[in-house]
Amino acid sequence: MKTLVYLVIGIFFGIIMYKSEAASWFRIYEMFEFGSFHMYGIMGSALIIGVLGVQIIKRFKIKAIGGHEMSLKPKKMGFSRYMLGGIIFGLGWALAGACPGPMYVLTGAGYISIMIVVVAAIAGTFVYGLVKDKLPH
Amino acid sequence: MEWITNPWPWYVSGPLIALVMFLLLFVGKQFGMSSNLRTLCSATGAGRAAEFFRFDWKKERWNLIVIVGAAIGGFLASHYLSDNTVVIADDVVVKLQGYGIESAGKAYLPTEIFSIAALSSPKVLAILIIGGFLVGFGARYAGGCTSGHAISGLSNLQLPSLIAVIGFFIGGLVMIHLIYPLIF
Repeated sequence: MKTLVYLVIGIFFGIIMYKSEAASWFRIYEMFEFGSFHMYGIMGSALIIGVLGVQIIKRFKIKAIGGHEMSLKPKKMGFSRYMLGGIIFGLGWALAGACPGPMYVLTGAGYISIMIVVVAAIAGTFVYGLVKDKLPH
Repeated sequence: MEWITNPWPWYVSGPLIALVMFLLLFVGKQFGMSSNLRTLCSATGAGRAAEFFRFDWKKERWNLIVIVGAAIGGFLASHYLSDNTVVIADDVVVKLQGYGIESAGKAYLPTEIFSIAALSSPKVLAILIIGGFLVGFGARYAGGCTSGHAISGLSNLQLPSLIAVIGFFIGGLVMIHLIYPLIF
């Protein structure tokens, strides 16, 4: 039952990513060229609803299913890891034109080459795990 | 039929993405796609190589199911709900044509990079591999990607997520404006 819920949420997410064109290399390129409001509109409107919703959850202490706390733990403060990791991610995001959600959406859409990106991303994660103690966090 | 295949405008897409985040919060999870990459490392035995991958990855199975769903969603949307062309701004199309990307405005992904035939080019292979590697490395270093930081983290007004998102854009702008002219 739970599996089915996650699967349906995933399908819903995949359709949104594809239909919004947020999974398109072209839209990501266009965003970094400031060529259209589209991607900024997507993120901006998601954020307005997101911020409002999270405030409502906190104000009214809304619980997750089964009465559990919602996963809204504050992130550990820091600078280097967020800035440096962010820049590295951004370089890859703009180069491959795909971030970790849309990668799988595009795989399902039948773009075989994107699987190279997925495997390379897994490799990148693996190398991070190997060298993480040597990096500033 | 056009109303089915047309792309969704931002004011529909953005709120729906927020809805996905709330659905995941409601079932006790969180919206963050790049965690899957770590889970996949762990599930394939990376725990033998680094402590970072030694965790109970089966507890994160739910997130793997979400990406299986995302792939199914991508299949459904591309086959039944889309004409698979992305209309972008005219001046951006012209710029891409200058880079030799003639499929701008005519495809969902540039065929010059993502077609099977393009894989015979070492440059294209390098773009896919380096791009993917940086995404995977950077997302874990930063502790999240577009979903975990730009949507979940910022919705929760987390300063670390703001720093990460600023980093995403610095990296993206450097790539498009400084490095693209060198590689295309």
